[in-house]
Amino acid sequence: MLPVMRGREIGIMSYVRLKIAVMAIAFCTAAAPAGHAENAAIRNCNWCHGASGQGYTPAPRLAGQRPQYVATQLMNFGSHARDNPFSKMYMWGAAANLSRQTAHDLAAYYATLSPRAANDGDRGLAAEGQSIYQEGMPDANIAACVVCHGPNAEGVRGIPRLGGLAYTYLKRRLGQWSEGFNAGASPMPSIAGKLSQNQIEALASYLSFVK
Amino acid sequence: MASSRWRIDTMRRHDRSKRRIAGAFGARLALPIAFAAIAFVGVCRAGDMNTAATGGIQAKLSYCKDCHGPSAQGYDGYFPIPRLAGQQTEYLENQLRAFIEHRRTNNVMFNVAHALSPGMIAALAADFRGLDPKPIGGAPTQFVALGRKIFQDGVPDANIAACAACHGPAATGSGPIPRLAGQLYPYLIKELVNWGKERGQNPAKPDTSAIMSPVAHSLNRSQIEAVAAYVSYLR
Repeated sequence: MLPVMRGREIGIMSYVRLKIAVMAIAFCTAAAPAGHAENAAIRNCNWCHGASGQGYTPAPRLAGQRPQYVATQLMNFGSHARDNPFSKMYMWGAAANLSRQTAHDLAAYYATLSPRAANDGDRGLAAEGQSIYQEGMPDANIAACVVCHGPNAEGVRGIPRLGGLAYTYLKRRLGQWSEGFNAGASPMPSIAGKLSQNQIEALASYLSFVK
Repeated sequence: MASSRWRIDTMRRHDRSKRRIAGAFGARLALPIAFAAIAFVGVCRAGDMNTAATGGIQAKLSYCKDCHGPSAQGYDGYFPIPRLAGQQTEYLENQLRAFIEHRRTNNVMFNVAHALSPGMIAALAADFRGLDPKPIGGAPTQFVALGRKIFQDGVPDANIAACAACHGPAATGSGPIPRLAGQLYPYLIKELVNWGKERGQNPAKPDTSAIMSPVAHSLNRSQIEAVAAYVSYLR
């Protein structure tokens, strides 16, 4: 009984996913220049990334994200360079036919929206996370995140904003660096690959509260 | 003497591990003895050093390169992270000590340098000295010619000496004077603009950074940008 149910569930899920992917491709290929909320491409992103791009599990917040980072990631989904499971499942299809210009316009639009902090981490771990972020752990050869991601985790150019992203998203992404995903995104595999599970949870907690 | 002790110890450890399945006690005792043996050797041979500390130095090198780039070519993060490749060992070792002694202010590097032993500092500096990746570039090119002129001739009207006089005609540095060739453009600007606020900060320990103070102070912003652009492209 159970295997049958599972099989049916998977079948339904694949159908939904296929539908999302088809819709995504349809909307994106027909995309007019981005810039207002009625734009078809923006509306399509917001299906998963939430109204005004504030994110909705598992899709990360796009509001206030560095435009150069978003545009690069959209191209990386298209080229399959970003290959973690949810990227394959959702974003490879959604970004398959995006032009460089549309990616650039979408990224520019989301950068104009004010990000809200997710505030969904463990407050008890935030102090430890802050210490790792700001100081690193030189004795354990763990680099200080602040040097590249900035004093308020705001990011710069192609380096992403981390402040205020959801705990679950940060935890998942931080864990994936040591699992061989997105291997070309040097230097993150080497840096985050050294983090323990507890350190990842502490960092994700801290960052979820950063405004 | 010491090297024969090292050999005996290694053999003993080898013997024990044959007899004991776990061998944990033997290994735990043998390791400090091995380190002590090496420490007593006045001039440590390269072979010995590799045997004892390869893991430590390799792990630390990988840590440095996490931020400074896989070939230590530098990385332009939120703050510019300097190129260490090809840097003068004396300069690099002095800077690491400067972070520890609060002569040079940088919170992150203060923490990093604190975790390094003197032997580790020397080994790291030697490794970076041997690297020669191509510069990461990216600087605006329109003032490179002006930068070359300032670098080679100085600015006589403003009493600014030629950079080449100390840093060498190819900007490769010498001893305590750093290599500038291939250095990151934004890093060079940050250092020259903030010289007096970042370097020579411990009045009890004056250092060689004082030599550069009047020059850094006399250069104006556009001269700094021009010189930085020029040297950032040098190989």
